[in-house]
Amino acid sequence: MNQTSGAQGTADGGIRKTTCYMCACRCGIDVHLKDGKVHYIEGNRDHPINKGVLCAKGSAGIMQHYSPARLRKPLLRTGERGSGEFKEIEWDEALGLATTWLGEVRRTDPRKLAFFTGRDQSQSMTGWWAQQYGTPNYAAHGGFCSVNMAAAGIYTMGGAFWEFGAPDWDRTELFMIFGVAEDHDSNPIKIGLGKLKARGVKVIGVNPVRTGYNAIADEWLGITPGTDGLLILALAHELLRTGRIDVDYLIRYTNAPWLVIDNPDGADHGLFARGEDGTPLVAHRATGEIASSATPGIKPALKGTFGLPDGRQATPVFELLAGKYLDPAYAPAAVAERTGIAADTIIRIATEIAEAAFEREVIVEQPWTDMKGERHARMIGRPVAFHAMRGISAHSNGFQTARALHLLQILVGSIDCPGGFRFKPPYPRPVAGQPRPHGGACADTALAGPHLGYPRGPEDLLLEADGETAQRIDKAFSWDAPLSAHGLMHMVISNAHARDPYGIDVLFLYMANMAWNSSMNSTSVMQMLTDKDESGNYVIPKIIYSDAYSSEMVAFADLILPDTTYLERHDCISLLDRPISEPGAMCDSIRWPVVEPDRDVRGFQSVLLDLGARLKLPGMTDAEGKPVYADYADYMVNHQRKPGIGPLSGWRGTDGSKTGRGEPNPDQLQRYVDNGGFSEAHVPAEALYFKHANRAWSDWAIAQGLQDGPVENIFQLYLEPLRKFQLAARGKIKPAAPEHHQSRIAACFDPLPCWYPPFLEDGLDEDAFPLHAITQRPAAMYHSWGSQNAWLRQIHGENALYVPGAVCDRAGLEDGDWALLTSPSGEIRAPVRRMDAVNGSTVWTWNAIGKRSGAWALDTDAPEATRGFLLNHLIDELLPPKGDGRRWANSDPITGQAAWFDLRVSIRKDPDQSGGESLPRAKPQKNPVGAAPSTVSHGRERAQ
Amino acid sequence: MTSLPATTEKRLGLVIDLDTCVGCHACAVNCKEWNSGAQASPLSDVDAYGADPSGAWLNRIHTFEVTPADAPAQIVHFPKSCLHCDDAPCVTVCPTGASHKRSEDGIVLVNEDMCIGCGLCAWACPYGAREMDPVENVMKKCTLCVDRIYSETLAQEDRIPACVRTCPSSARHFGDFNDPESNVSVLVAARGGIELMPEMGTKPVNRYLPPRPKTKAAPRPDPARPAASACAATPKAEGFLGWLDAALDRLG
Repeated sequence: MNQTSGAQGTADGGIRKTTCYMCACRCGIDVHLKDGKVHYIEGNRDHPINKGVLCAKGSAGIMQHYSPARLRKPLLRTGERGSGEFKEIEWDEALGLATTWLGEVRRTDPRKLAFFTGRDQSQSMTGWWAQQYGTPNYAAHGGFCSVNMAAAGIYTMGGAFWEFGAPDWDRTELFMIFGVAEDHDSNPIKIGLGKLKARGVKVIGVNPVRTGYNAIADEWLGITPGTDGLLILALAHELLRTGRIDVDYLIRYTNAPWLVIDNPDGADHGLFARGEDGTPLVAHRATGEIASSATPGIKPALKGTFGLPDGRQATPVFELLAGKYLDPAYAPAAVAERTGIAADTIIRIATEIAEAAFEREVIVEQPWTDMKGERHARMIGRPVAFHAMRGISAHSNGFQTARALHLLQILVGSIDCPGGFRFKPPYPRPVAGQPRPHGGACADTALAGPHLGYPRGPEDLLLEADGETAQRIDKAFSWDAPLSAHGLMHMVISNAHARDPYGIDVLFLYMANMAWNSSMNSTSVMQMLTDKDESGNYVIPKIIYSDAYSSEMVAFADLILPDTTYLERHDCISLLDRPISEPGAMCDSIRWPVVEPDRDVRGFQSVLLDLGARLKLPGMTDAEGKPVYADYADYMVNHQRKPGIGPLSGWRGTDGSKTGRGEPNPDQLQRYVDNGGFSEAHVPAEALYFKHANRAWSDWAIAQGLQDGPVENIFQLYLEPLRKFQLAARGKIKPAAPEHHQSRIAACFDPLPCWYPPFLEDGLDEDAFPLHAITQRPAAMYHSWGSQNAWLRQIHGENALYVPGAVCDRAGLEDGDWALLTSPSGEIRAPVRRMDAVNGSTVWTWNAIGKRSGAWALDTDAPEATRGFLLNHLIDELLPPKGDGRRWANSDPITGQAAWFDLRVSIRKDPDQSGGESLPRAKPQKNPVGAAPSTVSHGRERAQ
Repeated sequence: MTSLPATTEKRLGLVIDLDTCVGCHACAVNCKEWNSGAQASPLSDVDAYGADPSGAWLNRIHTFEVTPADAPAQIVHFPKSCLHCDDAPCVTVCPTGASHKRSEDGIVLVNEDMCIGCGLCAWACPYGAREMDPVENVMKKCTLCVDRIYSETLAQEDRIPACVRTCPSSARHFGDFNDPESNVSVLVAARGGIELMPEMGTKPVNRYLPPRPKTKAAPRPDPARPAASACAATPKAEGFLGWLDAALDRLG
């Protein structure tokens, strides 16, 4: 017991290499064991994601593993919903009950199961299960996370920011980061920022709040929330105005030359002119002659009006685009007041972007061949990189804003070039290579295809025969949210409660805290979960929930299926799902039980396969009715989505010699374990850039099983599917949009990226609600998970409302005062802290720190419950009623993404400063897992 | 009273880059995790799941807001741990000899077997870099991971403090300040590394690299400046579409 006594041995007991799950970053970790117990966790130096480093959450994983909030055994509700009163039951009883409930629904009306998985990293498996079950009601949490970012990226260029692409950290000359606060890819971004700092590359942070990455940015633009699209389009205006765009790139890789039909009263107005084979047409620049856009070597016109052979007129996309963004409405001076960014600053930054892109071009001496067969002597890059995340996407204008940012990247030619933004395998994967959504539901029948997909137009919506009623409980792929590629998990409980479009029988959730921080308007959601009908039955009759910890949602379930911690389980981080690839390598990884559970708990995916076998679901039972898979590990090795393609890409083939495609290998998991838990296949040098148009990439991706054949990926500056919805809104094409949707679709579904004010501002009394209110995710806490963590809660055990100094002065607020924060739909009481490094009309707080008393095995007087608070109580899932009496979803109208950051508030000092507690407070829930210890002495058992 | 060595063979310490630190707390947590499991007694936490949780940490991140007169307010994240001072008042004040500075490498350590938990050293340290363990009742402080840097079982590349190994943005650097060629000496020279509170006369070994100057509202560039060759030239009088013709002509 002496600091001076020299080196401790770390390796006795061994090091086991697996994958972190303290957030969605999925770093490689070395778990040091001692006496068979988890002793120390550090980053895996060989791992492609984190290269040895590990964040605060990852290091504190050890306290999550030993959390007193871990569930211990299946639970059956004994008290009223929400009370937290349960009795422990055996797994046989739990699985028998779940099978009875789910079996009855499947035999009668599979729609009456809503199965939604929250921060699930096994969506390819849970989605497949739901498809085999036959309910149309499945999605994960993307709808309330950042689907705007994902959908805008896929529709525009076949890839997205999120964790699906990355800046070329080693080569970029200018980096601009929008609305990112410790979101996805957190360690890679920190590693990358470190590289930029070491090279002296300028970092520009665009965020209302100057913390974290924005704190070290060389320049900070404290933008007004919801106006990022205006700033971006003003930058585009400047680049166009000064002619600093990459015209060659636009002609080669985008639909800039494609001809758009000009036929104002026709059903084809604004659609692409196409040849007989459906290929879009262009006009020869020199002759005006109409030709296929696929004609090799063609030099197409970018401006002008051309007569099509059938007499119609058409104009290239680029002329429409230039005309739109050169409009004075997008001039820097015109957007300065609204964005809070001075016109001079916008002009200067446009110049900096152009200088980096065109005067510091990066050349990689690597010949390559494009998809049209042209050989290029080298790879020429425009070294400007952008990254963006939830800050720009969690708005009702987020889809178009994310599209606008991709437009900006494409105008300067910086997508997948040296120094620009790079796709990570399996991306790029454009809409042409993506499924359409599948719905429909028949008793005892599997769904025809995957639930989630990318509609090409109104014809792909999931509607009932009336052309209006949604097929899905969350109304995804309906007129409410046509391109809702990730579903709308945040609407499930309120729609099920309202029985709109229909009531359900079983709500089955996995690791999503929908009774608390993952829902808008948490208080009313808790009410919906406990409401009863006239016969005294719950309106949502049965709730099954799986989680590893005693969260707020646990208290509202009827049946709890306790999951393991991340160190006790098998998982695959699959290329079929959300892989861990890096731009230069196709990667996937596993988790495996580095220690066995000491509780009567089971990995959720194994439980789901067990339920599937009990329900005799196709693919999960063989001809004799026996289970196909023993457990999730068995599935990971032996499941094949297509012949030769399974959840894991490494060491396939009977002898493990194949990568990507190959027969199942019974030793595959051991090979992963032996390799440190991951597989990494390097992209060939000729395929490293221009993947959207690179023959070597296409050939390699096909060989690896990432795609079945060549997929054309022309960047869609002009997005025709949106135009089809506009035509449907005018009744020009079928199905036609219902009348009450028409004006919104006409205004928001602009085929060229546009900006419109956040919906909440429509009719808002600006004087009554002058401030914006947003959250930021702290670097040392992930959603609600961290509060049970003895170390992390010492860092973020409570949250304050950060208020600009001038706002404090006006309201007479000082540090530590209690303020009342009021929105159009609610009021909360929160402790104030003064701050100046924030947009002057914005208040903010850390995300998901506030807890319900009694949850997470914390003492009932824990500061998370007494002083912590959520903004969720101020946000309604519906907008205030408008003139037509309808209430619209508080979501993006295109994708349905929850518009968390549209929130508007007013602030005043609470006249009663006497109480030291935040409001509202929910009645405490009973803790079903027993009291936590008062003292933690990690390492004590080892020292003795 | 405990005496200090007149000189030390090496002066091991940290360089912390405040221009790069994003304040993520990775260093603080990994430090606690490693050192709580080390040969010394644990870094305990009391009321760990209760109303007032607290514990012993060897490294903490402090956050400051700075508001320059002519620029927007900014945030500086400031990790703080023992600076392993050459004139360490925490050593000279120790009544038992538990707190000491090593002559071979300059690391300041506490011999827990000799520590009586009187807390004088923590009072003497002007940086607040020592913390009394609430359960063990012995003084805790940064050891520069002495059990890592001299380990014979760890891989050579891992013989660095846990905070340096785990830092995601490479804001922390470890080395010998007596060696002018070392990474830390070179960084300090190149970036103007500073001592913390030199006026206290403690001669700290650790250095901080100050935040680089931020961009201020620069003068508006001349919008008529010639554009780059790669993207063609300034629009002609006939406007953007006229420029486009010229740009396309250059593409051939």
